[in-house]
Amino acid sequence: MDTIAAISTGLSNSGISIIRVSGPETFEVMDKIFSARNTEKKLSAQKTHTIHYGFIKDGEEIIDEVLVSVMRAPHTYTAEHVAEINCHGGSLVTKKVLETVLKQGVRLAEAGEFTKRAFLNGRIDLSKAEAVMEVIRAKSDLALKNSMAQLQGRVLKEISDLREVMIHHTAFIEAALDDPEHISLDGFTNELKESIIKIRERLKKLIDSAENGRMLREGIRTVILGKPNVGKSSLLNLLAGEERAIVTDIAGTTRDTIEETVTIRGIALSLIDTAGIRSTEDIVEKIGVEKAKKAAEDADLILYLADATEQVLEEEKELISLIARKKSIILLNKIDLCEMPDTSALEKLTGQKVLCISAKNEEGLEELYDTIEQMFFQNELSYNEELYITGERQKQALQSAYEAAGQVLQSIEAGLPEDFYSIDLMQGYESLGEITGESVDEDLVNTIFREFCMGK
Amino acid sequence: MEYNCESYDVAVVGAGHAGCEAALACARLSLNTILFTVSTDSIALMPCNPNIGGTSKGHLVREIDALGGEMGKNIDKTYIQSKMLNRSKGPAVHSLRAQADKQDYSNEMRRVLENTDNLTIRQAEVSEIITEDGRITGLKTVSGAVYSCRAAVLCTGVYLKARCICGEVSQNTGPNGLPAANHLTESLLAHGIEMYRFKTGTPARIDRRSIDFSVMEEQFGDETVVPFSFTTDPETLTKPQVSCWLAYTNEETHDIIKKNIDRSPLYSGVIHGTGPRYCPSIEDKVMKFSDKDRHQIFIEPEGNYTNEMYIAGMSSSLPEDVQLAMYRSVKGMEHAKIVKNAYAIEYDCINPMQLKASLEFKAISGLFSGGQFNGSSGYEEAAAQGLIAGINAARKLQGREPLILDRSEAYIGVLIDDLVTKETHEPYRMMTSRAEYRLILRQDNADLRLTRYGYEVGLIDEERYRRLEQKRESIEKELARAKAQTIGATAQVQELLASLKSTPLKSGVTLAELITRPELSYDALKPIDKNRPALSAEVTEQVEIELKYEGYIKRQMSQVAQFKKMEHKKIPVSTDYDKIPSLRIEARQKLKQVRPENVGQASRISGVSPADISVLLVYLARG
Repeated sequence: MDTIAAISTGLSNSGISIIRVSGPETFEVMDKIFSARNTEKKLSAQKTHTIHYGFIKDGEEIIDEVLVSVMRAPHTYTAEHVAEINCHGGSLVTKKVLETVLKQGVRLAEAGEFTKRAFLNGRIDLSKAEAVMEVIRAKSDLALKNSMAQLQGRVLKEISDLREVMIHHTAFIEAALDDPEHISLDGFTNELKESIIKIRERLKKLIDSAENGRMLREGIRTVILGKPNVGKSSLLNLLAGEERAIVTDIAGTTRDTIEETVTIRGIALSLIDTAGIRSTEDIVEKIGVEKAKKAAEDADLILYLADATEQVLEEEKELISLIARKKSIILLNKIDLCEMPDTSALEKLTGQKVLCISAKNEEGLEELYDTIEQMFFQNELSYNEELYITGERQKQALQSAYEAAGQVLQSIEAGLPEDFYSIDLMQGYESLGEITGESVDEDLVNTIFREFCMGK
Repeated sequence: MEYNCESYDVAVVGAGHAGCEAALACARLSLNTILFTVSTDSIALMPCNPNIGGTSKGHLVREIDALGGEMGKNIDKTYIQSKMLNRSKGPAVHSLRAQADKQDYSNEMRRVLENTDNLTIRQAEVSEIITEDGRITGLKTVSGAVYSCRAAVLCTGVYLKARCICGEVSQNTGPNGLPAANHLTESLLAHGIEMYRFKTGTPARIDRRSIDFSVMEEQFGDETVVPFSFTTDPETLTKPQVSCWLAYTNEETHDIIKKNIDRSPLYSGVIHGTGPRYCPSIEDKVMKFSDKDRHQIFIEPEGNYTNEMYIAGMSSSLPEDVQLAMYRSVKGMEHAKIVKNAYAIEYDCINPMQLKASLEFKAISGLFSGGQFNGSSGYEEAAAQGLIAGINAARKLQGREPLILDRSEAYIGVLIDDLVTKETHEPYRMMTSRAEYRLILRQDNADLRLTRYGYEVGLIDEERYRRLEQKRESIEKELARAKAQTIGATAQVQELLASLKSTPLKSGVTLAELITRPELSYDALKPIDKNRPALSAEVTEQVEIELKYEGYIKRQMSQVAQFKKMEHKKIPVSTDYDKIPSLRIEARQKLKQVRPENVGQASRISGVSPADISVLLVYLARG
């Protein structure tokens, strides 16, 4: 068994977060990153079931002031050595502490893995097997859903493209190995080398964006909906603070792409652009109820924009009530052009908070911010807790694909024959597949036959 | 008229490459064995390509040999050209391939069969399997003779309800005009066995005298011939080798095919069976890869005593007149005379997921099967399965555990695991890319990997086993020496390195470290390796490979260790997957269908996710 770690509390705005480390190497790892405040004694030398005050350090840098519980096998949750790091809450600190642990070669726990270990090690009553299996099932479904749902469209496409390139190279090598009399690898090594260098650059970029949190929608997923010309773009630009908000990365990707992460009163909002949202045609007809529902499903928060100078149409009301399963705020825009409308009727009808704004005159924004802040602190809105874990897991997968590509380059440099390259190429392919939730199965053989004319 | 004829321990149905190995294994293990064939002329017949081995198939032959099978020995006796393919690549993908004299190959194998004790050959079509309480008890032939047996191995190849198709003409015969076996399918279906219909094809045979070889490229065999069998003395293999010839199709060939594609039974819908993607017909190649303006074809002799030449790369089921025009469009074949038409053949086979890894039917105790009947393709794949099925039929009767090779031990393990675990929708062909641990599964070390099993089974004798263990010991000793032997930066060393275009030493290194340099080899370093013992080439070859690729080999070894953990977690046969609610529906269905023997096998079923495996582990641990 290897040693694993994960955040065992949420990432939300709680005061304390707990990071749990479990496995045979637990205390060796802790000794490297923890220094006690009042004693020279290492954690590995401390008695079991004791708690210690000190700092988590990454080299010389102090990451956080923490309390660490030391619990030795077998009387722990997993029946393995366990350390629990109680650090300060808030996503940034918690993330950094976990990253420090992972840097020591600890593996990020799989969904439900602590529970699985606890069970397999006999800590959970055998009669609870059903419940344990259910936990594993539920957590892994959630993790998979998050992995896909949280990836930005352009990132997903980039990963798919890279996988495609990798399997194509592998298939070519394998086709030639299998049918050397029909397919020649002459000169391929140079071509492959150039391609791998490019692949590595692209992977590096992905890793960088994963590190800056630009790969995932880390904020509260916010969708602005409304009829055309109601002022959605103006609102987007206002929230983003500048006149540059809307830049869609890749045209034609079917998945929506994130436009901008904005911070309002310290709360991160990811503003999501839905396909067709900027359509000049009637949204109720064009997007349709289905699309609006879909947008609502993806969102944590919906800002529904209506025109204060017009009557709210019947079908629009219907739409509003449909999306109202999510947290929504209805904004009546263009109050600069009319008298202050009465919001109570609409509020009653939809059961949602209705605010009046003028995007043009930047009026009513404070009230909007107040409302969002209030919702957040009343826990009506929260960050997605699994999300960070998803991001970390994806980062590790990218890293391992990057290393596999590096190994290909090394093998080329070392003058190893071509059949060695495909071993690492497939490794990289597999790692990237972990992000998109695709397994390898018969992909290679299928690609060989699809792309190369084989055989007698 | 039904009557009780004779009684045997094991009955083998079919005397192709699978059936021969199965029958020999059983008879050699002292079981009274009968081998049925629709025609004694079809014993060890090579109805398609005239060669044994090739990429990954060569590995299979060497593994068969290490386990005590016959194929390697037989081709060593009857080869007419031999080549080691992929020599410029890594050792894992070096593959031996030999052209066979087909007639000789059949005759030699028949001679071996006929001279094996406990083995009876019987020409008869088996029409029924007879079972009692889910256990095989006998076979019945079309003439009504009932042969009782305690185990049976079905190796019917492409003969079940075989239909050969050449354009608009189709005939219900087996390959080469041999009789088909038309009755057994019904009996199998009646026993609840799920059948598939596959197809394969073969090119025309053309009269050597009608081909102008002067416009083709001659393909020679290797000067030094490596034997397939670890028991064959390389010295005995020196004989004149025949040549093969390289030619190309051209635009005209492709035009002829395209113009007549509506007459192709593949395209007109006459053929329903699923064909192998690995051996596409020439019409498939032309239609699917239309950007290619030519395709390579190899013209290979069928034997020393015939003028028939096999046109590799141009299998077809187009009508005879189109075939003639098509072959004659190839440069050098303008006046080609066809001896035998190209044809496609359709046949019945089983869904191999009905088998255990021992190749015994899950539903019928004592009934085993191997070869194309199991949905594979190729002589070598067939022989490998036949051998394992035969061994396990024998072991069943001996009351011993079946021999199951896993994916980290042999290509045979990969082959069988793929067949019984993954859904095949086409005839399955072995490929090196299917073996995830191929750096370990080399053709050069098949003896080191498998002789032990052959010995335990009883097909390898004491002496051969002892020799192998001596070889292993020599390798280990020399590896240890190479790692300990230091080479100083002396003038002589630097001079030798310079002459081999290798960078000079800054300080002393070990011999092992020097060997890892790509430009150096074990042999080349001899002058500076003072304490080198005299060792055979087969020992030094292993030492060199182990040292040169140590990093990668170690990596695969540690993957194998992980893999083995899961293989050792057995899943009880009684497992009721419906009682595991947390499995996803797709996973549950697949698990119910395959009923994997261990967690490792379960994890390779498509549609079973890592989370399903975690759930399964928890379920199994609940006691």
